[in-house]
Amino acid sequence: MTIAGRRTRPRGRPELHTSYASELALFDTRGKRVAVAGLLAVALCLPFLLTDEWLQLLALCCVAAIGAIGLGLVTGYAGQVSLGHAFFLAVGAYTAAAISGDPDGRVIGFGVTNIAVWLPAAGLLAGLAGILVAPLATRLRGLYLAIVTLGLVFIGQHVFSEWSALTGGAGVGRPAATLEFFGQPIAATGPLGTRDQKLYWLMLLLLLGFALAAANLARSKVGRAFTAIRDRDIAAGVIGVNLARYKTIAFAVSSAYAGCAGALLYTITGFFDPGSFSLLLSVQYIAMVLIGGAGTISGAIAGAFFITLLPRFTRELQAWVPFLSAQPNEVPNVFQVETILYGVLLVVFLIFEPRGLFGIWVRVRNYWKTWPFSY
Amino acid sequence: MTELAESLLRGLGTGSVYALLALGFVIIYKATRVISFAQPAFMLAGAVLVTYLAGPVGFWVAVPVAAVLTAGLALGVERVAVRPMVGRPAFVVAIITLGVDVAVRVVVNGFIGLDVRHVGDPWGLRTVAVPGTAIDLQQRHLAALLATAVLIAGLFAFFRYTRMGLAMRAAAYDQEAALAQGVSVGAVFALSWGLAGGLAAVAGTFAAAGASVDAALWLIALTALPVIILGGLDSLPGAVVGGLAVGTIQELTASYQQHAPWLGGNVSVISPYVLMLLVLLVRPYGLFGTREVERV
Repeated sequence: MTIAGRRTRPRGRPELHTSYASELALFDTRGKRVAVAGLLAVALCLPFLLTDEWLQLLALCCVAAIGAIGLGLVTGYAGQVSLGHAFFLAVGAYTAAAISGDPDGRVIGFGVTNIAVWLPAAGLLAGLAGILVAPLATRLRGLYLAIVTLGLVFIGQHVFSEWSALTGGAGVGRPAATLEFFGQPIAATGPLGTRDQKLYWLMLLLLLGFALAAANLARSKVGRAFTAIRDRDIAAGVIGVNLARYKTIAFAVSSAYAGCAGALLYTITGFFDPGSFSLLLSVQYIAMVLIGGAGTISGAIAGAFFITLLPRFTRELQAWVPFLSAQPNEVPNVFQVETILYGVLLVVFLIFEPRGLFGIWVRVRNYWKTWPFSY
Repeated sequence: MTELAESLLRGLGTGSVYALLALGFVIIYKATRVISFAQPAFMLAGAVLVTYLAGPVGFWVAVPVAAVLTAGLALGVERVAVRPMVGRPAFVVAIITLGVDVAVRVVVNGFIGLDVRHVGDPWGLRTVAVPGTAIDLQQRHLAALLATAVLIAGLFAFFRYTRMGLAMRAAAYDQEAALAQGVSVGAVFALSWGLAGGLAAVAGTFAAAGASVDAALWLIALTALPVIILGGLDSLPGAVVGGLAVGTIQELTASYQQHAPWLGGNVSVISPYVLMLLVLLVRPYGLFGTREVERV
């Protein structure tokens, strides 16, 4: 695609497309190619520059970004509001943990620790859960759908906290999936690097794969059907988009992404309990998509990094604002500030910059594109 | 038989709390076409205000004062966070209210602190026997039911007989036409948020009566969401009927869940959501909701 794009484009005129392929190319200008390659190079070299604590955090960001891309597909591209993302994360997390769990342990486990088995399985099962929910989604629209998916989170939370043979029960939890690739343990310090360095590289590469797949889906026939449904679903139906089919696809793909993200998310910390999959988790993912910029892949990634790094920075805030306490039982403390920031940032972004971080980037880019004629 | 009747009456008591909350949601929805996810925060704020006011001025003064103060808070939120978004997609505004809810609740939780707070209601867990039967009815449920009946009667009279009520009905029917007839749609928005805030405060008080106010109280307000979907998003009678129905179903599930142990404990908490899913499979616009007419 990029090769074709280069050939059919006259030099120095980046906006002129003479073929459909060049119009659709992912990295259509030299600037974009150079920037993405540079960013990738920096990202791959980060393990040599940062401490393990930061690498772990960045690995978490990468996994969150996979989940956010998934929610972005269904909410940002296809326009179906889903507050039920936490449920699909849970399905993935428990599938992976059960498949790779210890067969003799106190919770269900099948002892297949290979990531090449449990990651696709988690995606597949969560995707199936998405397909099961889809019939409701095809019947309902807008806010009705939002509330039904919210109900899904509550029902899921009940099931997971009661099914203690699988989940270990509320407040107890179970170990997450084991990171191992055909007999090679990934999450262990070895000659290739420390545990956190390897974790970070793995999550970064997975994020890259998932992001490219989502970007390709978004510019295919399916992606165009998604945006048509988002912009005006009745009109889309009239021009021949099969609404039920594409809404089902949107939910299936989004849930599969959530399942993979859920499976990976807790391998970093190693342990999780059913209480984690609450409404707040769904709201965090909605915040990632909306603060990053709905309907863009890079926006979802930016939003995921922003929201995941936010707690780290509010903790730093404590050094600057003397009356904030780091103890959770004193008022006001940094944890309260953190939660308030989620809410306030969501409100502020939606009012002042509805296109999110991606919108800010577009504005900056356009300023310099036309510089010195900046209006 | 006694057990059945008692759980039914208990259900009507909790159901009236849901009905009050659901009325708030529906009033806001009818005026602005938005579901306000900030209602849980207002309910918690109202209940916490009552716990602070009940000591110095007594319960009976504290409740109306807290309702008015919460209505004021709701007015402020509407003016700052929601009014600038007029004309934007309903989903975006709903997410904004979600953000408001998260932020406001943290502040309110700060006022709850670590000690247990009580609304200081005069009923506690005392019961009164229904004459002629062996059925015991909890006083707080009776009070909730009566208060809800009075408030609903007042609301319906307000919508039916006052100029402002007429204006609100007109704006709910067609905003532009109402604007052209001289209705201040902005005032309608503000009033609907104020009403919803006040109703949420009263609901919060009754939800906490006989128990304590803690950070988990807001989950009760979320139960109003299946209620409004069940009754239909834009139907005031639907909110009342749905609220009572959900309350009853919930209490019945709580009473009889020991017969189905495979469902797990506390299954009554999710029974409203299951009921909502079942009803939606048959009627996508709820029991009393109007079918949306779409033009391309």
